[in-house]
Amino acid sequence: MNRFLLPLAAFAVLLVVLVVGLKRAPDKSILPSPLIGKPVPQFTLPNLFDSSKPLSSEALKGHWSLVNVWGTWCVECRAEHETLLQIKQQARVPIIGIDWKDQDEDAMSWLAQLGNPYERIGTDHDGRVAIDWGVYGAPESFLISPAGTVVYKHIGALTLQVWQQEFLPRISAAPGPGA
Amino acid sequence: MRRAGWVGALALLCAGLLWARLAVAVDTTPPLPDPQLQQRYYELTHELRCMQCQSEALADSQVSLAADLRLQVRELLLAGQSDDQIRDHMVARYGEFILFRPRMTWRNAWLWAAPSLLMLVGGWVAWRILRARSRLVDDESGADGDAPET
Repeated sequence: MNRFLLPLAAFAVLLVVLVVGLKRAPDKSILPSPLIGKPVPQFTLPNLFDSSKPLSSEALKGHWSLVNVWGTWCVECRAEHETLLQIKQQARVPIIGIDWKDQDEDAMSWLAQLGNPYERIGTDHDGRVAIDWGVYGAPESFLISPAGTVVYKHIGALTLQVWQQEFLPRISAAPGPGA
Repeated sequence: MRRAGWVGALALLCAGLLWARLAVAVDTTPPLPDPQLQQRYYELTHELRCMQCQSEALADSQVSLAADLRLQVRELLLAGQSDDQIRDHMVARYGEFILFRPRMTWRNAWLWAAPSLLMLVGGWVAWRILRARSRLVDDESGADGDAPET
């Protein structure tokens, strides 16, 4: 009897480890970003609304901002749009858009039709800036601190629940007014 | 008549195979000027993952992001970057997951060491059991020798 006890116990432990491993396995479609905790990638993009004022990474310094990567070809972005409008109404942080591999006319008519939650939009026609941001599937949203650091990244459509649970606490936790 | 049918079928088969071959060639960019660079381009695009389709390599993916990343690999090669520099460039943006062959780090070192460790433990256990058994056999034969029962 005793000689079976040890192998059986070892097997039980292995079983528990495997089951826990399977249950806790992270969703493979949501990958951690190596950019978290790092300064935002340097970029300069044409401004969708005003070609004389390009959007650069400098515009993300000095205040919290929400950077949202989207495109009119992206189905989930349409589902997300309402949430972005609601976040804009809260007026906590400006939303900066990066229009990824899109046509300017399409983007303009999309915003005219659905409303514009963005303070500024840079147009990334060839997708180079999106690569520097490690974007692999729109929509993706980044929370940027006043120091210009990437604090948090959400992949997929943003919901008010995610906004309240993941984004707002990170902004409130920061010390100092407006910091 | 029957022969014509066979020839027709064969021609169809060849056309089908040719078409399949074309369908496989996803990466339609012209080869790099230097065959050595082209070889490195081939290897890099096969060992970097398409982040959208995940189990496909950059070289095999039809997704537009994969095409953008192939273009970037190409440009970095032409700019004279080494394979490791290009891998670092991708990892800095997309994380280790973009590499099909993970690198050995302190965090995953135990995974690499596990097989040899398990072999050592298993060998030790087997050796203990075998030794115990042979001692048992020795004792039995010894007992037999000392005190023949018949």
